[in-house]
Amino acid sequence: MPLVFTLAFRNLFHDRLRFIATVIGIVFSIVLVTVQMGLYLGFGRTVTTMIDHASADLWIMPQGTKCFEDPSLLDMRERYRALAVNGVAEAIPVVIGFADWRMPSGATTPVFVIGSDLRAGGLQPWNVVEGQIEALSTPRAVAVDRSYFDRLGISGIGATAEIRQQLVRVAVVTNGIRSFTTTPFVFMDIDRARAHTGVPSGKATFLLVRLSPNTDKAAVRRQLLSNISDVEVLTPAEFRERSRTFWLFSTGAGAALFAGALLGVIVGTVIVAQTLYSSTKEHLTEFATLRAIGSSRRYIYAVIVCQALLNAIIGFSIAAIIGETIVQLTAATALPIVITQGLMIGLFLLTVVMCIGSAMAAIVQVTRIDPAIVFSR
Amino acid sequence: MTYPLLEAVKVAKDLGSGAAKVAALKGVSLTLNGGELTLLMGPSGSGKTTLLSILGCMLTPTAGTVRVCGHSTTGADPEDLALLRREHIGFVFQSFHLFPTLSAADNVRLALDVRGERSGSAKAKSREALARVGLPHKIKAFPGELSGGEQQRVAIARAIVGNPSIVLADEPTAALDGENGQAVMKILAGIAREQGRAVLIVTHDPRLLPFADRVVHIEDGRIVREECRGAKLQ
Ligand SMILES: Nc1ncnc2c1ncn2[C@@H]1O[C@H](COP(=O)(O)OP(=O)(O)O)[C@@H](O)[C@H]1O
Ligand SMILES: [Mg+2]
Repeated sequence: MPLVFTLAFRNLFHDRLRFIATVIGIVFSIVLVTVQMGLYLGFGRTVTTMIDHASADLWIMPQGTKCFEDPSLLDMRERYRALAVNGVAEAIPVVIGFADWRMPSGATTPVFVIGSDLRAGGLQPWNVVEGQIEALSTPRAVAVDRSYFDRLGISGIGATAEIRQQLVRVAVVTNGIRSFTTTPFVFMDIDRARAHTGVPSGKATFLLVRLSPNTDKAAVRRQLLSNISDVEVLTPAEFRERSRTFWLFSTGAGAALFAGALLGVIVGTVIVAQTLYSSTKEHLTEFATLRAIGSSRRYIYAVIVCQALLNAIIGFSIAAIIGETIVQLTAATALPIVITQGLMIGLFLLTVVMCIGSAMAAIVQVTRIDPAIVFSR
Repeated sequence: MTYPLLEAVKVAKDLGSGAAKVAALKGVSLTLNGGELTLLMGPSGSGKTTLLSILGCMLTPTAGTVRVCGHSTTGADPEDLALLRREHIGFVFQSFHLFPTLSAADNVRLALDVRGERSGSAKAKSREALARVGLPHKIKAFPGELSGGEQQRVAIARAIVGNPSIVLADEPTAALDGENGQAVMKILAGIAREQGRAVLIVTHDPRLLPFADRVVHIEDGRIVREECRGAKLQ
């Protein structure tokens, strides 16, 4: 083992209490950053669930639509203009909207209605655990998620409620279709969705365009835009990006998450800087001795940076284990914390940069060291 | 045969600043020869440690010149001085300054490590140096497990392992009892005479006089007397 490493390692473990305090500081800081960034990723992923599960090559939407939950409406005549474009195989209307769910007890709760043409299968519930998708075409049938049973005041298939004074009956149950707004999703046929949300029969929120095989997507998009006025045509990737940008940045949620992460970094840096500084101060005579026996400055920096790196590696490993646990604990919630491999690598680099950055105060201190103090101590 | 390894010419050093300024050295000229053990003696505050620091390239003189194995320290920056120290000088301190968290062998090897010597031979050299000071059986011991005399011998092994031409020691026996002090002095005398190094020892203990080839007396920042003794002829 290189002596620089041995020296750094022993310096670090020599004062156990300080070492533990340092590691706790790093762990807290990195877990905080992990949670914030994991929420950011999780939120960014959750807000696009519906876009991810729709089978569309292109989305047609009213000019200025901000996100999937934006209830602006299109005229259904646009559907025929879209179908007239060469290469468009299907243009499936989707209707969304908020509504009130009235339980048999009389209590109400808001729900988010999603209606699409069930025969065309544009945006259907997934992860079905009870009932059959086909059952949604029977009168009054709706699909809800198991996780919202309590909120909706129901116990399973066959339960009834009212939306806009019209009876609905649960025919399909899904698992894990959760909304980040915490408002339960209710899937149903498009015509009933219009009736339950008050959308006129000649209107829809989106048109999901499917292309015929071997069609040039860009060309179809140009043609759609020139045929239909006051609409936008986005690829799923573009729509995802737009929804994410809206929810994360226009609402300030993203900024709050980043501010939290920044706070974590600052707290961590201060803690590590403080403990490294005081550790170096305590070992100042040893550093002076190193200097006296002729070590270069670089050698001494190597010892300090090595200590900082050991802090980083140990702190990060513990933080990663805690982060993984949090990921598992939140996996089934409305706002799961998501840690990708990229985030993991980024967090590790951040920990290393943070720890080495905090070594600066200690390094400045040893730079000023006078080796002659070894004679007087 | 003696030959000059370290030369100080008219060295002056002011310490402190303003009203607290002290002229610690006032024109000291001194030559250290290979193969010779020199004692530097003088009352407390006479400038012994200051002179040792300047000869050891830890401080630069306010006036005068120092040449270490032919290299002048005039105008050298701290990194240059560190290089001179690691190439030519070994130090022994009154309070040992061993690293408490490293074994005896690692403490010695540290002097090679800072020289960039990291091969397997560094370990062998460290063991040899410990054997040279009579501690071949204490390789794995930590400083806390060694007596003061043993610790100082480890420190001497650290000072010589890099094969420096010059060894400087500041009151190396002051923290030791008479018997251990004598043992340490025997080793240092052997290092001078058998290995041809220049050894300078600061002390005010007259019991060390028998080990000296030469005694330099300093008072109030000036060398007042130099005597040659026949120790090496014995
Ligand atoms: N850092 C310093 N600042 C000011 N004066 C100092 C400093 N170090 C030593 N001195 C003074 O310089 C003189 C010589 O000190 P020193 O070389 O340590 O003497 P010795 O080792 O012979 O006891 C003393 O008068 C001491 O008080
Ligand atoms: Mg002194």
